[in-house]
Amino acid sequence: MISIRNLSVDLGDFQLRDLSLEIASGEFFILMGPTGAGKTILLEAIIGLVPVAGGEIFLDGDRITHLPPEKRQIGIVYQDYALFPHLTVRENIAFGRRFQAAAGVKNSELPADLLATLELEPLLSRYPGTLSGGEQQRVALARALAVSPRVLLLDEPLSALDPRFREELRHYLRLLHRQTGTTFLMVTHDFAEALALAERLAVINRGRLEQAGTPEEIFRQPAAWKSTWAGKWNWNGAASPSAPRISFSAPTPWWPPASRTLLPAGSAASPPPASTTRWRSRSPT
Amino acid sequence: MLNRREPLFWISLSCGLVVLAFITLPLVKMISGPTAATMRQTIVDPEVRRSIWLSLYTAGAAALIAVAIGTPFAYLLARRDFPGKKLVEGIIDLPIVIPHPVVGIALLSLVGRNFWVGRLLHELGVRLMGSVSGIIMVLTFVGLPFYLNAAREGFAGVSPRLEAVARSLGASGRQTFFLVTLPLAWRSLLAGIIMCCARAISEFGAVVIIAYHPMIAPVLIYERFESFGLKYSQPVAVWLIFLCLTLFLLLRLVSPAPRPAAR
Repeated sequence: MISIRNLSVDLGDFQLRDLSLEIASGEFFILMGPTGAGKTILLEAIIGLVPVAGGEIFLDGDRITHLPPEKRQIGIVYQDYALFPHLTVRENIAFGRRFQAAAGVKNSELPADLLATLELEPLLSRYPGTLSGGEQQRVALARALAVSPRVLLLDEPLSALDPRFREELRHYLRLLHRQTGTTFLMVTHDFAEALALAERLAVINRGRLEQAGTPEEIFRQPAAWKSTWAGKWNWNGAASPSAPRISFSAPTPWWPPASRTLLPAGSAASPPPASTTRWRSRSPT
Repeated sequence: MLNRREPLFWISLSCGLVVLAFITLPLVKMISGPTAATMRQTIVDPEVRRSIWLSLYTAGAAALIAVAIGTPFAYLLARRDFPGKKLVEGIIDLPIVIPHPVVGIALLSLVGRNFWVGRLLHELGVRLMGSVSGIIMVLTFVGLPFYLNAAREGFAGVSPRLEAVARSLGASGRQTFFLVTLPLAWRSLLAGIIMCCARAISEFGAVVIIAYHPMIAPVLIYERFESFGLKYSQPVAVWLIFLCLTLFLLLRLVSPAPRPAAR
């Protein structure tokens, strides 16, 4: 599990202040918040890209606060895919495996189940520049998961995609989460995405944690933050066909009292029991 | 849009023709000047061969030094912001804007025996006045900004996210640089090397002050012009141009082809 204790990061314009958060092993955890809330900084602090000013980060009990990124075994998938443009799809996915030779992984072999799940075999010899956005994001997912990270961070992985790919990717994310049992920590400002995928979620705003809990808890017990910045929320994703439609106008309270009806039956807010038991049993904590 | 019916189109077109003629005519005139026989005669002249070789060799050495000390610095400039960065970048550009003889005089005052740096070098047995090392020092001074700027631009063009991903996949900082950053910035670095070499080969004003002898090609061309006139300096100049163009073309050819660009 990831345990963040009183974390502070100071990057001048952007700050995190005294943030504490616990994410269970195997959980699909979503971080929400408006633009500039500090979501991406939190991810960068977890992966080791920004210096931590105070507090600690633990991963399965190990203190990783000041470890270099390559020693943390935490994967990341960015909104803009960040594929290596000079390498083929195969070389992209195999990139991290060469550094795991010590761990007994043959770096020439790609994980077949991952390729099959993401339907990547036909693309292996192509270069990233020739792929669609959806294909590129699938490659990025495969590349990150090919090294079996302890946690996968996803920084708005769907927001650069057009709606038809977004639904497809959401499907792959759910599938991969269930198959690999990896802890997923995803950042989004899209409400529908959070509803469709999160087992638990946290809301951060202006560098502070506002609320954390299951989607139901959060949407049933609106806290003070909602009235202050919900008006600036980006609702793009709410328009996608499978997502609950939410209409919103700034002056009224953004979360209607009859909130439960907005959670669709069988949404990811209540994960299938099979996967639940699987990741609970894998939990080393 | 610039339309054929507009007078501006014709003004722009004629200006363009004047510019092209202004650049190419003197070169064409010079290249077509010497006969094949004089060209042959010139290249068998040991003095000419020595000076052209010295020019290529010192310019190459200057570029190597620029790569060795410029690459890490360019990477730092591309990746980090710090107070006074604009000033640092201004200092890097100084050798471009300072008149060439001034560069020579400035370096002379530094390495001369009246200054402690010069005295120290003298005691260590390093002779910069009138020596190949002196020429390389001057050429590095004038060529370095061209390499630094090109390399910095090249590194800045590689998204830090690619490096972040490589690190997250287990690559160390050094492995990330050699497997991701360098292959993607390579073409800019090569362009910088070519610019740096080209600038170094063309240097005259600063070199004559530090080292008239041994003679690099531009100094020899100048000396032949002064002593014997245009007819004797032209063939050397043509050989220098010809060899430089061939070299730069070869450098371009051996550089790897670009991959399909990411969307």
